[in-house]
Amino acid sequence: MSLIAITEVKKRFGDNEVLKGISIDVEPGEVIAIIGKSGSGKSTLLRCINGLETIDGGSIMVAGAQLLPDEVHLKALRLKVGTIFQQFNLFPHLTAGGNVMLSQMVVKKTPKPEAEAMARKMLDRVGLAHKFDAFPEQLSGGQQQRVAIARALAMQPIALLCDEITSALDPELVAEVLAVVKELAADGMTLLMVTHEMRFARDVCSRVVFMHQGRVHEIGHPEDVFTAPKTPELRQFIGAQ
Amino acid sequence: MVEFTLWDILRNLLLATRWTIALSLVSFIGGGIVGALLLFVRIGGSRVARLFAKGYVELFQGAPLLMQLFLAFFGLGLFGIDVPAWLAAGVALVLWTAAFLAEIWRGCVESIARGQWEASSSLGMGYIQQMRWVILPQALKVAVPPTVGFSVQVVKGTALTSIIGFVELSKAGSVVTNATFQPFTVYGLVALIYFALCWPLSKSSQMLERKLNVAHRDH
Repeated sequence: MSLIAITEVKKRFGDNEVLKGISIDVEPGEVIAIIGKSGSGKSTLLRCINGLETIDGGSIMVAGAQLLPDEVHLKALRLKVGTIFQQFNLFPHLTAGGNVMLSQMVVKKTPKPEAEAMARKMLDRVGLAHKFDAFPEQLSGGQQQRVAIARALAMQPIALLCDEITSALDPELVAEVLAVVKELAADGMTLLMVTHEMRFARDVCSRVVFMHQGRVHEIGHPEDVFTAPKTPELRQFIGAQ
Repeated sequence: MVEFTLWDILRNLLLATRWTIALSLVSFIGGGIVGALLLFVRIGGSRVARLFAKGYVELFQGAPLLMQLFLAFFGLGLFGIDVPAWLAAGVALVLWTAAFLAEIWRGCVESIARGQWEASSSLGMGYIQQMRWVILPQALKVAVPPTVGFSVQVVKGTALTSIIGFVELSKAGSVVTNATFQPFTVYGLVALIYFALCWPLSKSSQMLERKLNVAHRDH
């Protein structure tokens, strides 16, 4: 059974239909890159999957449970799916360690010593064990994003949604974040990432989804999508990169 | 004719100042509690509750404090309820302060980036948890200087309660003037006492603003 089953999902903002019926099935351990022009609906799709946007049609199932827009169902969903944002969104009033510990203690009611042990483990996993006591403003963008990844991982999600997680970074900081993501992929984490890093999509992902005007325009193995695009839109998109 | 020394005047004024301070504290603390409740309703309540909180704030901000005092003092009297001046003064000032504090604090909460709400809800937190652990700790920092600054308005607002007969500093000023026939001296002292109460508050508001801004220098 698919881990994430997205079926005929529709979303509109006023008169503007952003998603016009999206269907994607994500198997456990898959790493899926969602590419496409800005405005094609890729970020909106991710925001629908973790319930930050409500959908107007279709259904989303995560690990067999349907996404419903009430607080109990949303909370259950968000414990299964972690999200990493373009702007990191670390809590500025807490240290790196505090950021990773907070939701464990507040949401999962994990006792503090265990939450701290988990935080140290996760920060170590993203290569930032030594920054446990640093505040976000003392960290580089790449480090902040890695803390954000550790924070999501500490909730032990079964899948991670990554929304253009390297787009706000200086070019020299992109690699350190992608290296962490690559390791997660190698460890078998299910990843759904909106990205502009075409090389990364090609090297690491198991499937690539090309979105165009609110639809899945092409979907396939990265080799096929990048070397043998079937539609002129994808050819143009790849050519423009 | 009885002669009043400067000390006689000052002593009586200072005794009345206790009531100004007490009324200010009651208004500020009571207003803070009611204001916090309004704030929660205003940003997290149902649609009807939000509209109520919004209407409340607009009503109390849009009418002069003096009218609110009159309504509290005489209005309840119409229903046969005998309201002592101190009660009417306290209730009116608490409600008035609550409206302003709720609005100040709403601005502070809304100044927190939307990403903080999104990140915390993505981690599974509910509304109360987000407020308690993520939004309020940041908003409080922003809220301290304007809140302390507003306390000056509360202290000065208590002067109006003299009109409904509550004997605080201003009312004591009138009473002492009637006995001594030295309005300039008496009201001069009254003004100085208000200044001594308010100036440290304004100053500390400015200092807090500078101090808390330092922590935000990178943003």
